[in-house]
Amino acid sequence: MESDQRLGERDKRLLLLDEADNVLVAISRIKRGETIALEGASIALPADLPIGHKLARRAIAAGEKVIKYRAPIGSATIDIAVGAHVHVHNVKSDYTPTYYLTDAGADVGGAA
Amino acid sequence: MRGYLRSDGRKGIRNVVVVGYLVECAHHVAREIAIPFREHDVHVIGFPGCYPNTYAERMMERLCTHPNVGAALLVSLGCESFNKNKLAQVVRESGRAVQTIVIQASGGTRKSIDEGRAFVAAQRAVLDAMRTVPMAASELVVGTICGGSDGTSGITGNPAAGRAFDRLVEEGAACIFEETGELIGCEHIMAERAVTPRLGAELEASVAKAARYYATLGYGSFAAGNAEGGLTTIEEKSMGAYAKSGSAKISGLIKPGDIPPRGGLYLLDVVPDGEVRFGFPNINDNAEIAELIACGSHAILFVTGRGSVVGSAISPVVKICANPETYRRMADDMDVDAGRIMEGAASLEDVGREIRDLVVGLGEGMRTKSEELGHQEFILTYKSFEPIGPSCLPAV
Repeated sequence: MESDQRLGERDKRLLLLDEADNVLVAISRIKRGETIALEGASIALPADLPIGHKLARRAIAAGEKVIKYRAPIGSATIDIAVGAHVHVHNVKSDYTPTYYLTDAGADVGGAA
Repeated sequence: MRGYLRSDGRKGIRNVVVVGYLVECAHHVAREIAIPFREHDVHVIGFPGCYPNTYAERMMERLCTHPNVGAALLVSLGCESFNKNKLAQVVRESGRAVQTIVIQASGGTRKSIDEGRAFVAAQRAVLDAMRTVPMAASELVVGTICGGSDGTSGITGNPAAGRAFDRLVEEGAACIFEETGELIGCEHIMAERAVTPRLGAELEASVAKAARYYATLGYGSFAAGNAEGGLTTIEEKSMGAYAKSGSAKISGLIKPGDIPPRGGLYLLDVVPDGEVRFGFPNINDNAEIAELIACGSHAILFVTGRGSVVGSAISPVVKICANPETYRRMADDMDVDAGRIMEGAASLEDVGREIRDLVVGLGEGMRTKSEELGHQEFILTYKSFEPIGPSCLPAV
């Protein structure tokens, strides 16, 4: 939480865990339709973003590593736009596939 | 702190009578024996299998001679394979009272229950009169686990538990973290923290083994609720789980039933050795908790985001809630509100200190929420392990 130096440019409900990360984490629930400030972008949220879920801090290309805690947590399966929900619908594990139920929030946050 | 001194020099922060069934067929009798004592530290543990398993027998030996245990009643049907005589002998040699009831020899359910309750009542009276002795934080063994993890676990609860571990290790306690299947992706950074390069190689190998094991099974150590809570991959879950280990050097790699030889931080390898058999390494959180306790853990730090409610037989479980929304919904089950960190109301240091103080408080008469609610979950299933190699516990 210490590396959050650019807070002025980003919605305070989004946490940057490490400067090297390409995702941000919601530290409180953000409602659909709310406008959120990212670094140099402003996005109207297409769906509720629950606490603990991730948004793309910048565009992530298909095949690129998703970085959180300065560590790769998987690979993008499709191109992910800045501000898009980053989750099981657009990221896969580089180890074992993720098992989830269809209501697991894959559609939360809308388009990839 | 005050503790109950055992003949091996270890001290307990609880003085439990365990009622251990040695096959599922004896489970009902064991449960019935314990029911009148449910408020009086009589806990049911056991192994359901009818066929022999070295791991399960060792686990039962370690659990029945755990420092938090004062006496043991063993309940056998009579025809199962479990070596009840050896277990009784191990418990007896530890200086604890032990009795074995064989249901087929005692004349059935009713007579066995009566016989068992008489033993438990007599032992409860003896243990309640037992004097305590002073106990230091350096004599503690503390385990940690996360369950029902979500996207908050790795940001608040797990790093806060890690800070508590750092403090306890500094004070000389032995701290154990685990679930190598939830350290997949962290193996290289973890290996750098080993006290020797050879131990580092062992740590990496344990995670590689876990990755192979889970790949064969086709599922990671990842439940549907983890995804609902915002976790996308096992690597992401691992990075969060890894934070529970804090920042101390890693002193050793142990397996279920191995007791840390001295203070320090230890990784517990919970994934079986050899070819994949007997199913999932840990079918739920309580299987891991039982293993941490078999390694001598006096207390368990349990970090949850989604909201687990479990406790355990034998050792108190401190519930640390990572998610502020979950905490508000389930405060009755939670000992620590780590979600305050996310809301800016507390620092990781604050919550780490609170967790450390709570653990020490358990040796000063405090009880956890799960203890107060009567949670005494327990599960033990088939597994197989090779003994640890010589480089797993380097002499410092």
